[in-house]
Amino acid sequence: MTGSELISLDAAELARRIHAREVSSVEVTRAHLERIEAVDGPAESGVHAFLHIDADGALAAAEAADRAIAEGTPASPLAGVPIALKDNLTTTDMPTTCASRILEGWRPPYDATVVARLRAAGLVPLGKTNLDEFAMGSSTENSAFGPSRNPWDLTRIPGGSGGGSSSAVAAGEAPLALGSDTGGSIRQPGAVTGTVGVKPTYGTVSRYGLVAFSSSLDQIGPCARSVLDAALLHEVIGGQDKNDQTSVGAPLPPVVEAAEAGARGDLAGVRIGVVTQFSGEGYQPGVLAAFTDAVRLLGELGAEVVEVSCPSFAYALPAYYLIAPSEASSNLARFDAMRYGLRVGDDGERASDEVMSLTREAGFGAEVKRRIMIGTHALSAGSYDALYGKAQKARTLIVRDFTAAFETCDVLISPTTPTTAFAIGERVDDPLAMYLADLCTIPSNLAGNAALSVPCGRSADDGLPVGLQVMAPALADDRAYRVAAAYEVARASVDTAPRIPELRALETSR
Amino acid sequence: MTAVTNPGVESAPYTVEEVCEHFDPVLGLEVHVELNTATKMFCGCANRFGAEPNTNVCPVCLGLPGSLPRLNGTAVESAIKIGLALNCHVRERSGFARKNYFYPDMPKNFQISQYEDPIVFDGYLDVPLDDGSTWRVEIERAHMEEDTGKSLHIGGATGRIHGADHSLLDYNRSGVPLIEIVTKPILGAGVRAPEVARAYVTALRDVLRGLGVSDVRMDQGSMRCDANVSLMPKGSSTFGTRTETKNVNSLRSVERAVRYEMGRHAGVLLSGGSIRQETRHFDEQSGTTSPGRPKETFADYRFFPEPDLPPLEPSRDWVETLRAGLPERPWERRARIQTEWGLSDEELRDLVNADALDLVADTVDAGAPPEAARSWWVSYLAQQANTAGVTLPELAITPAQVARVVALVAEGTLTNKLARQVVDGVLAGEGEPDDVVAGRGLAVVSDESALTTAVDEALAAQPDIAEKIRAGKTKAAGAIVGAVMKATRGQADAARVQELVLERCR
Repeated sequence: MTGSELISLDAAELARRIHAREVSSVEVTRAHLERIEAVDGPAESGVHAFLHIDADGALAAAEAADRAIAEGTPASPLAGVPIALKDNLTTTDMPTTCASRILEGWRPPYDATVVARLRAAGLVPLGKTNLDEFAMGSSTENSAFGPSRNPWDLTRIPGGSGGGSSSAVAAGEAPLALGSDTGGSIRQPGAVTGTVGVKPTYGTVSRYGLVAFSSSLDQIGPCARSVLDAALLHEVIGGQDKNDQTSVGAPLPPVVEAAEAGARGDLAGVRIGVVTQFSGEGYQPGVLAAFTDAVRLLGELGAEVVEVSCPSFAYALPAYYLIAPSEASSNLARFDAMRYGLRVGDDGERASDEVMSLTREAGFGAEVKRRIMIGTHALSAGSYDALYGKAQKARTLIVRDFTAAFETCDVLISPTTPTTAFAIGERVDDPLAMYLADLCTIPSNLAGNAALSVPCGRSADDGLPVGLQVMAPALADDRAYRVAAAYEVARASVDTAPRIPELRALETSR
Repeated sequence: MTAVTNPGVESAPYTVEEVCEHFDPVLGLEVHVELNTATKMFCGCANRFGAEPNTNVCPVCLGLPGSLPRLNGTAVESAIKIGLALNCHVRERSGFARKNYFYPDMPKNFQISQYEDPIVFDGYLDVPLDDGSTWRVEIERAHMEEDTGKSLHIGGATGRIHGADHSLLDYNRSGVPLIEIVTKPILGAGVRAPEVARAYVTALRDVLRGLGVSDVRMDQGSMRCDANVSLMPKGSSTFGTRTETKNVNSLRSVERAVRYEMGRHAGVLLSGGSIRQETRHFDEQSGTTSPGRPKETFADYRFFPEPDLPPLEPSRDWVETLRAGLPERPWERRARIQTEWGLSDEELRDLVNADALDLVADTVDAGAPPEAARSWWVSYLAQQANTAGVTLPELAITPAQVARVVALVAEGTLTNKLARQVVDGVLAGEGEPDDVVAGRGLAVVSDESALTTAVDEALAAQPDIAEKIRAGKTKAAGAIVGAVMKATRGQADAARVQELVLERCR
């Protein structure tokens, strides 16, 4: 089997072949490392999904997986399958930078719980993927190490903050990746790169070892090229963790079972709510057209599709941009040049607070500073009630809207993001325009429920991928998987475009 | 108690009596107590004083990126017990908050604390004063928080940050569980205000020690007191500007610091000046205070609910179980023990002052008669502690072991002299009393035939003395007894040997 065949296979199929010993994990890992070598660099023009690649570590892990499989003791159904990790997850064998100068070169002394679970399950970490600095952004343009590029059009953004993970999966550099979703950072990159991205119910995947941006919103989740692959990865990383007291004790919803059931294509009896607030002005016509097609397709699968109104979702964006920066201003206070990371101006004369200021000035990018300032202001004694306090009230209203909607609907749907991938540089000077990319995804972070993005064809106006967002109640992630898997199969019959874009121009230009 | 004045050192310009001719003092006491849980507040690191710097640390208490706090259930239990012992309400639903400020020894640059909803609130402590009366101190709240690391400032004259050349950071203390207990304003104490302050901290220390939740060592910092003092003109009900005195490291210092600040405030106010709201630093040597950081500008800690920890909702059943298990109040227990054991006031005070009361009580609980238990702790063991330079509770012997030694004496296995050797063995780490008896071969020789043989041998060795005894000169028996004791290396009961000698010469 050729390398280009291996990199185009789903994780489930790769796992099947590795476990049947038709191909070794080492061969699969090597194929992906070669693909990375071919398309990821140079940083100025390649996909630039990765900030760090650990070829030796990956091959060693692959060899171990092959040995276990040869002995008949694979660690899990995904043992031997390569995976990329967002660079805000701690890893003992690779640096963790959060795409920030302030953490450049930091090697954590501990693995994030999800990383430990991946290793225990025999998956093969390839490297660390790019992101907006500290996961703050929607395009990866806030990375201190330069943006990643969308494999469908290298002049465009791959979404953010998890654009490194989404572009790696879209470009065939990795069959699976982990992301973190605070306001849409898994789903929006999934949508604009034509991949699947899942934000599990808050508290069902441990955050221990995820460098915190906004603790009450952050959620780690899977990135994949199929709904089933995402579910398989979800089962590896999910479940309670004693190191994260916000992780819930409830059993993980049966997501793999739901994805398999959904793939059989029957949605009879499922009630799907279309959120009326997520359309109209600001939405690209091609995106709305693709979404309308999806609604029709879901109806043909037997689902009952109704409209639901969630008026408080209008407050989601402003509430988010108070709560997330508030928590971030506190979470990022620890970067003070005292114990790890960058240190600027320590000349033996300056006092520690001066060194701290110089370090933070030099080490944080503009967007991070902007959010630290907004958050610091929102928590200040004079503005707490009017800003942070009011945002929390809006959050409560959003939870109520969800609760009401889920009384009549099993799941809710919307476009994942209002537009397809925009051009690199297009919104960098307009933070508010950038923030709008997360308009549809933020409510589920504020409410903590499950939500995913599944590819929804291409926009007729620019030929770029569109995402369909499926939202389910907290701890009912399986419902979203079932609907998404059914839709995925139905759409595949009408959309025959390859799932991995042609990057040959890039490959041959080297 | 009298104020100690050191020659050549500035003393407060007014005595408390003079102060109280013009003003009513208002006190507020904030006491920080380090809990003696096995592990820290939010991680599994050992909570231990005195370890090598930066050895009891992990990603959580170092605040490394990605780490998350994990609440120590025992710390919560201790907090609730403290609240109940201080007659507080236990909040059904409380939570943690982040207190945000930058300081190098605080690794996250925020402290996990409690803000608007402390776990326990609105209580009181009835504090015994020196004259036997009681003063009720009302408790505003007690809340949980994590301790910071420790900065060691090198190169300055005072060991304080000002003027230091560089600083070293030790994070062993980072994340140690703390309870902060805050009183409501203490009004109306007048000239007794310094005494009330000391008595309150003393009573609080005794209560906490009785609960077993803290080492309450002011000298080691496991109990720290900040004394807020202000004066209001007599007849006024408007509080004056307060100062907060820190570094008050002993019970005596609490009294001295309050006394000094009262006098200093009065001096400033009576000369037409005004008090600056500030933190002051108490100096043990001189008994005076000096300005710390000014508190004029309101520090904005930007408190907000800690998103990494779920709300705390202790069940009613748990709280009631803890309430039912509360020990007697230390002073009530003392009164009961005094009656039960028939101690004089002086004897009781000696026991308390020597930190021996609990040890004696525990020894009695382990089966020893009160008089024997008391005698061991206040005499022989007190001498050993003194020689070793440790406190009585720090001696490497437990009340149960002392009780066993007492029992061995009572049943005749040991003489008092041998018993002291057994205690020496226990202190030297030779094991339980019975192990020491066996290991050192210390048991009294009570085998009658062996003793008789030894007596006969001694009589045979000194026939002239034997003759004298037979002739009725019983005083001569002493020499034979001495020989037998020597032969048995002191392990025979001398009185019984005397009897045997006389029997054999009859």
